[in-house]
Amino acid sequence: METKNIMIVGVGGQGSLLASKLLGYLLLKEGYDVKVSEVHGMSQRGGSVVTYVRFGDKVYSPIIDRGEADYIVSFEEMEAARYLPYLKEGGRIVTNTQQIDPMPVITGASAYPEKLIEKLEEKGAQVDAMDCLTLAEEAGSSKAVNIVLMGRLSKYFDIPAEKWQQAIEALVPEKFREVNLKAFALGRG
Amino acid sequence: MKELMLGNKALARGLYEAGCSVASSYPGTPSTEVTEEIAKYRDIYSEWAPNEKVAMETAYGAALAGKRSMCAMKHVGMNVAADPMYTASYTGVNAGMVIVVADDAGMHSSQNEQDSRHHAIASKLPMLEPSDSAEAIAFAKAAYGISEAYDTPVIIKMCTRIAHSQSVVETGERVCPQQKPYEKNPAKYLMTPANAIRRHPIVEERTKALVQLGNECMFGDIRLNRIEWAEDRDLPGEDVPNAPMPVEEGMGRIGVICDSTCYQYVKEVYGDSIDVLKIGLVNPLPTTLIKDFAASVDEVWVIEELDPIIENHCRMMGIQVHGKDILPMEMEYSQNLLREAMGMDVPASAALEEAIPPRPPVMCAGCPHRGLFYTLHQHNVRVMGDIGCYTLGGAPPLFAMDNNLCMGASVSMLHGFNKACGKESEQNTVAVIGDSTFLHSGMTSLADIAYNRSNSTVIILDNSITGMTGHQQNPATGFDIHGDPAGRIDLESLVRSMGIDRVRVVDPYDLAQCDEAITQELAAEAPSVIISRRPCALLKTVGGQKVVHSRPLVNDPAKCVGCKSCMRIGCPAISMKEKKAVIDRTQCIGCGVCQQLCRFDALVSGS
Ligand SMILES: Cc1ncc(C[n+]2csc(CCOP(=O)(O)OP(=O)(O)O)c2C)c(N)n1
Repeated sequence: METKNIMIVGVGGQGSLLASKLLGYLLLKEGYDVKVSEVHGMSQRGGSVVTYVRFGDKVYSPIIDRGEADYIVSFEEMEAARYLPYLKEGGRIVTNTQQIDPMPVITGASAYPEKLIEKLEEKGAQVDAMDCLTLAEEAGSSKAVNIVLMGRLSKYFDIPAEKWQQAIEALVPEKFREVNLKAFALGRG
Repeated sequence: MKELMLGNKALARGLYEAGCSVASSYPGTPSTEVTEEIAKYRDIYSEWAPNEKVAMETAYGAALAGKRSMCAMKHVGMNVAADPMYTASYTGVNAGMVIVVADDAGMHSSQNEQDSRHHAIASKLPMLEPSDSAEAIAFAKAAYGISEAYDTPVIIKMCTRIAHSQSVVETGERVCPQQKPYEKNPAKYLMTPANAIRRHPIVEERTKALVQLGNECMFGDIRLNRIEWAEDRDLPGEDVPNAPMPVEEGMGRIGVICDSTCYQYVKEVYGDSIDVLKIGLVNPLPTTLIKDFAASVDEVWVIEELDPIIENHCRMMGIQVHGKDILPMEMEYSQNLLREAMGMDVPASAALEEAIPPRPPVMCAGCPHRGLFYTLHQHNVRVMGDIGCYTLGGAPPLFAMDNNLCMGASVSMLHGFNKACGKESEQNTVAVIGDSTFLHSGMTSLADIAYNRSNSTVIILDNSITGMTGHQQNPATGFDIHGDPAGRIDLESLVRSMGIDRVRVVDPYDLAQCDEAITQELAAEAPSVIISRRPCALLKTVGGQKVVHSRPLVNDPAKCVGCKSCMRIGCPAISMKEKKAVIDRTQCIGCGVCQQLCRFDALVSGS
């Protein structure tokens, strides 16, 4: 199989590491070669963060380049727009509609762009946008945004839901399991 | 069992399996996790040292004592540790010693993107460069073997993409060699000129032997260098030979020489369609192997990030190559960068017409550095800066840092500035330095201020942790790498013992206190140190106690006049919605700094 690319983007501190861990674990179990690339350090202080997940028969490069992402999973609306150039033609964006003002918006140096979802669609992206924060809170924790997003992403994969759930059970500590399984179900819809 | 493993964790695993017994490091992205992972193996003694030089000397001492050791650092850390390293090359080791260095092409978290392969060449130490996690494990084992067989410390070089990517590995068992006896041997270990003169030729002979090792490609069953002939080549046997292949006339064959992460980009773009010489032992380079490879192709391309190390080596051997004539010297490479350089198509992509506002990293909500930097901003003083989370104090809207250079430099730059300008700058300039950075190398700079007397004002930002690199303990926190109680250096006593009497502690959440301290200490005709003390807002426990934050604040819209005074501190939890301040309750920890700026008492503690 040709290598498939999933890019996870968001704001430092939002919990993208669990999402990529889940994908890596699951895809390896499915028998693929997998590479997951994260950036630690400076950008985690509220900056824009990117994680690359690649899988296929044989994966070489640890990173995803412009025009290569089959999926962009975004924890924040504007971050989805920032990484649009990485989306493959006809690729899909799964995004949280939550908006987090970056410092230039807070200081008034720039404005938060409007109607981003429509603009992304105009550019040919298939966009699946949802308010993950509300769903996560419904599941029992605002921290479960990552798993809500994974639930939604799972709809586009041929892997049965049970496998995703098993991966969540394997990776999430006992006391958070229920919340996360609920978040997954809510995201999957 | 196959599992996905972070490059740094795999390297730690490899060192563990190879019997590493003593580890001493100073954190630095992207190297930190190697030591954090090592620390999880309790049969290895591990520690955070105050700086890289100390870490390297500690690892060296342990190797001398006969146990396999390691130290890890980021690329700039190797500058700090260079002094012992260059002479350790002469003395060699007793048991194996591995030095891990992690480069940061693209400067994800660094102040420069120096290429540490230069250090390997200059110190004449062998350097291995893994290209993925599995190779990190294998090379860790090879490194100890080479270290002992060739009597030399061995450097393993990581880079951000190898250190911070997970790829598939299989782990093995730990095999710990017996401790080697230590024997006093001044001719080998006491580097007086007379002895060092005799050691240098041994180093040169060692390098020749290591070149031969590189040519042979294999250390035991670990392949250090390898040629991957293109799939259309007629290979004679099962195993891929290193011997030259005939050049086939008119084929226009391109052969690529590459190392580290570039190997992955080359394979991504070309698959098995071209000949590739993958270098794993990058210092010293395998002369014959390179010559034979070059003779088997029509055109040689060298693809390496940062400086033209392999390329220049080829040119010195009289081999014509392409490299930096078409590829950049700066920043990371990627598959598209190669495609573009080679004149290939890159995948189509779209972008919005409008600019997306940047999202730079910021000080967290409740960060103790904020109140202090706001005060410096109000005083409009010059700020000699340093490296840590607090470097973000130089960003808008505070702009309260003029410069930075390397860890510890703020204090000595201030001293130099004040010596050059006298009173004018002494009353108008401060240095800021984090607790970990102060203990790393700011202490010696402060000794200069104390000794050579400049009326300098140094502010130590003591947030009880090494913040920037992800919360490592340091000598002032009272805890060791495992979080267990340890010795604790008392900063006030340390400063006083240097002969600096003006030492005071302020709470950076209290703006009036900060203001008073800065006003008075700048005016004082003596060296002074202000310790701005508050634990990092992200810490869950401090001194073994669970941290309980105040309740988040809320803005009373009836009182708020929308004056934006509270926005002047650049807190990510405060934004304006419909001309009123809004506080994000998921971020706010109730530090109260914004409250002190509000003249209308609109910001109150929430329920
Ligand atoms: C020589 C060197 N070693 C390591 C680093 C990586 N590094 C950058 S800042 C920092 C520590 C900062 O800790 P501290 O001074 O306590 O400030 P904080 O981040 O907690 O505010 C480290 C280890 C570096 N830049 N240079």
